[in-house]
Amino acid sequence: MSGARAPRVAVVVFPGSNCDEDAALAARNVLAADVKMVRHDERALGDPDLVILPGGFAYGDYLRSGAMARFSPVMESVTTFAGQGGAVLGICNGFQILCEAGLLPGAMLRNAGLRFVCRDVFLRVESKRTPFTLAINKGDVLRMPIAHGDGNWTAERRVYEELISKDQVVFRYVKPDGSRGEGGNPNGSLDDVAGICNVKGNIVGLMPHPERACEELLGGTDGARLFKSFATTRMAMQGA
Amino acid sequence: MTVLVKVMLKPGVLDPQGKAIADALHRLGYGSVADVRAGKLFRIEVDTDDAKQAKEVSSQMAEKLLANPVIEDYELLLETEGAPAGVAP
Repeated sequence: MSGARAPRVAVVVFPGSNCDEDAALAARNVLAADVKMVRHDERALGDPDLVILPGGFAYGDYLRSGAMARFSPVMESVTTFAGQGGAVLGICNGFQILCEAGLLPGAMLRNAGLRFVCRDVFLRVESKRTPFTLAINKGDVLRMPIAHGDGNWTAERRVYEELISKDQVVFRYVKPDGSRGEGGNPNGSLDDVAGICNVKGNIVGLMPHPERACEELLGGTDGARLFKSFATTRMAMQGA
Repeated sequence: MTVLVKVMLKPGVLDPQGKAIADALHRLGYGSVADVRAGKLFRIEVDTDDAKQAKEVSSQMAEKLLANPVIEDYELLLETEGAPAGVAP
């Protein structure tokens, strides 16, 4: 990153967010980013290069996960930013909020096993068309933790077919060897989907926690690859 | 006016909660239970005497917030004199 300014990252903090500091730390450590924490009732994002909607239980997950958060004042700014092509990463609860807000297709159901699942999972990179996966190889298998009760992503058949045709499935749950099948999918999501993007590819949501997989000491650094990919993409775009 | 907004998962959408409840009912000996779907019921007091208006605003609220149209359907029932209209006592 010689000569270039540090990326600016806005981390949105809803009442009930609990991975906001982890996301900020990952952005500082991996991206050397200038991080601004933006409250749910604020509107100024601070001209960021990336907005992260972190994990947690915004508004207690009342009604449906993400249903209340979507109407926060800050979400108007996030929607505008995303509409202008700005990079948005929704992690876990952040993914749920993006779906509720209609920024990503589909919706979340209760995990098929009805249990809150907290463990490491394996993800296969299915698409390189997002800034978070552009510098990762398609087919690479990443290990990251999950911790959620409502991660059973689903969509109407017509919507899902459209998603497939536009290469919007970014991550799928797989077994450690990278193949799909029994034991790979922790929550029953449609077609093992773990993360998706919008048509343009600038908005990405995933249930697993890349920000919790950025240090060897904490069990692995595969999550950092998403942030590094974002940095590489950003540099390439600035150089272009 | 009091409006009841009933929100249910759409037919065909997997309902893990309903399934778990059905399993529990079977364990309690209710073998005649064929299926259970779990939903949500909202009782909303709307500050109007106009039934049409109460339903209209409730319908808007259901579409904006109470139900997620991707996975859920909703139904409105006007509650009158303690018994919801359209629901057998």
